[in-house]
Amino acid sequence: MRNTKTGTWSKSVGAALALFTGVALTAVAGQPAAAQSKQLTLCWAAWDPANALVELGKDFTKASGIEMKYEFVPWTSYADRFLNELNSHSKLCDLIIGDSQWIGGAAENHWYVKLNDFFAKEHISMDDFMPATVLGYSEWPKNTPNYWALPAMADAIGWTYRKDWFSRPEIQAEFKKKYGRDLAPPKTYEELKQIAEFFQGREIDGKKVYGAYIYTERGSEGITMGVTNVLYDYGFEYDNPKKPYQMQGFVNSPDAVKGLEFYKALYKCCTAPGLTNAYMQEGLDAFKSGQVAMQMNFFAFFPGLYKDPNVGGDKIGFFVNPAGPKGQFSQLGGQGISVVAVSDHRDDALRYIKWFAQPAVQQKWWQIGGYSALKAVVEAPGFPKSAPFAPQFLQTMTFVKDFWAEPSYAQLLLDMQKRVHDYVVADKGTAQQALDLLVKDWTKVFKEQGKEVMVQ
Amino acid sequence: MSSQEVSPALSAGETRQPGRMAMTAVNLPGAPIERIALRTPVQTRLRIAKYTRGLSDRSIAWLFITPTIALLLAINIFPLIWMIRLSFTSLNLSMAYLPLRFVGLDNYTDILTDEDVWDRLQMTARFVISTVTLQVVIGFGLALLINRQFRTHSFWTTIILLPMMLSPAVVGNFWTLLYQPQIGPFNYVVSLFTGIAPNSFSMIGEVALAPWTIVLVDTWMWAPYVMLICLAGLRSIPDYIYEAAEVDRASSWRQFWSITLPMAMPFLMLAVLFRAIENFKMFDMVNLLTSGGPGSTTEVINITLKRAAFEKWQTGYSSALAIILFVTVFGAANIYVKALNRVKQR
Repeated sequence: MRNTKTGTWSKSVGAALALFTGVALTAVAGQPAAAQSKQLTLCWAAWDPANALVELGKDFTKASGIEMKYEFVPWTSYADRFLNELNSHSKLCDLIIGDSQWIGGAAENHWYVKLNDFFAKEHISMDDFMPATVLGYSEWPKNTPNYWALPAMADAIGWTYRKDWFSRPEIQAEFKKKYGRDLAPPKTYEELKQIAEFFQGREIDGKKVYGAYIYTERGSEGITMGVTNVLYDYGFEYDNPKKPYQMQGFVNSPDAVKGLEFYKALYKCCTAPGLTNAYMQEGLDAFKSGQVAMQMNFFAFFPGLYKDPNVGGDKIGFFVNPAGPKGQFSQLGGQGISVVAVSDHRDDALRYIKWFAQPAVQQKWWQIGGYSALKAVVEAPGFPKSAPFAPQFLQTMTFVKDFWAEPSYAQLLLDMQKRVHDYVVADKGTAQQALDLLVKDWTKVFKEQGKEVMVQ
Repeated sequence: MSSQEVSPALSAGETRQPGRMAMTAVNLPGAPIERIALRTPVQTRLRIAKYTRGLSDRSIAWLFITPTIALLLAINIFPLIWMIRLSFTSLNLSMAYLPLRFVGLDNYTDILTDEDVWDRLQMTARFVISTVTLQVVIGFGLALLINRQFRTHSFWTTIILLPMMLSPAVVGNFWTLLYQPQIGPFNYVVSLFTGIAPNSFSMIGEVALAPWTIVLVDTWMWAPYVMLICLAGLRSIPDYIYEAAEVDRASSWRQFWSITLPMAMPFLMLAVLFRAIENFKMFDMVNLLTSGGPGSTTEVINITLKRAAFEKWQTGYSSALAIILFVTVFGAANIYVKALNRVKQR
């Protein structure tokens, strides 16, 4: 009996060992096959253009055999999450479409691969891309030919408006009677405020509507991205163009103070109640639900809005950021695509960038909902007519300005978020005090960064 | 020590037969540990006995607690010491390429002389005091009601406890919707009672109202927790004390002040301690409801800390702030626990 049991046991163990060996051998034999199916992970924000990129990526997989995997994170946690990944030298992302302001930190900390040699080898010239995007997304130090990214998603802030409301004869007539001019997309911020006041609280199709939607978000970058559109037009400068980091008298100049006061006045007079912490998505919701006459938002969302069944098509119009007393500018959005320095798939990632830079790919990128920065696409004769917002996009990209792209940008940004939100939304202090405090905050940050800061 | 001594789990009549399994299920002693010991083969027991022979009780105790201490050192003590070290440096992870400088007490001086930090601390203190006060009053009141054990008291207990079982993330998100001035029902309810137009005020967006929104939500969520602790306290009071009071013709009011409150006091104080520590650490709900806004009106100190540590990447500065907060909570809790012990000894 004992012998029989032992025999059965031995057979069972033998069978199990054989099975294990077989599985192990299959796995070992299968290794070359597994190695052949290469994969790249691309990290970006979760928004409409990211879906277009997934579509576009299928062509890359077809051409190269490299599978594309994506890591998309909502905008409100996009910077936190990916800067954390980069800071900790994580290998999650092989390719990253990082925000324009990260470029300084990414270059100085060697998070990104420097692309100059690669561009030279593959004959990719930065002269083929719109200058604002090269300066904003690729160069560090700024205005030097040191490239850390390929311009991937050109973007800036523009405006949408309810074309159908603007064109109603009774509204037109009432507006003309009140302001002595035709109701049309505003050319200046004063005009924009008048139109917003005109629509504020008005009843249209039995529903109460509001004048304008502007950014007020506190946590990440929202209110800064909104307020700078007005500040630039009113004469705000980040520092003395002749003496870098001299901010006193530029950040808090009388013109900048007027700009900040204007933004607050616009917020107080003409926005929907409750939008005290609102950014891109809240703007889209407000516009799509027919709540506002005009909306400030990034061009990246305009293809989706144009397709919207309720407010898109003939009902929507687009205009560029209006001018102010000291000029016409717009806040740059958008990102460049970079190769993460610690990636184990650097060659494949570079292969993706080479593929992405091709004019045919860039053309398709624009057609399916992305925004190309390649001159061959945006300067083609048919481009202005290729989408109803294309002319405004093209015009905007000639007068964009961007926030600091220093390695300490996060501190600079959060300081501005706090000071501006305190003044605009929380009614704390005056515009002058808010900007004076901002100069104080920024001076401290730059000093910590080892910069020589001119106080006067 | 003899082998007889190291195997106390063996029953007196059992002989030690190598290889024999102690499989008897009947007549096993009651304690689970003893049952496990008896099920262990004798050989194994002897082997263990061989290895532990000569070890004192103290050594065996150390053997048991060493893994826990090692774990504690690795995940609590070492990071704490490391953080203390970092708090004296200029480390900023977004500028890790800069040389690390020892800055002495600069970070501490910066924090303690920063008006904004004091504002945030005051805001946190106001939040803690108002929420804990409201929660204790409401929680104790509810506990007194539930303790009457009326017919449907179990049902109401469950209903009252529901908010406490939700995740703060869920609570934050749905109260954001409830407070929405255009579509949220909260403003409509206020309008019903006051006649104020629903979309004429924004609970989350107005400086005067925003702090109350978080107080209200936190009280709604955590008053049931205080109720639960108080209920345990009330049910621990022996009935005979009340019966004696009845015999002495003490009024209900007198019974409350002389029996109920003093005897439930240690439980109340414990609830205050738990809620105060929790609310001092408050982050998630405020972050979801207001993000600290409007401006910095509802920015509790932990939001400041999170922004400094993980958004501005000021590692040295935020380590110093964390140490200051730790010392504050630890010190205050220690003083409070001493007071609590005095109350319990009364």
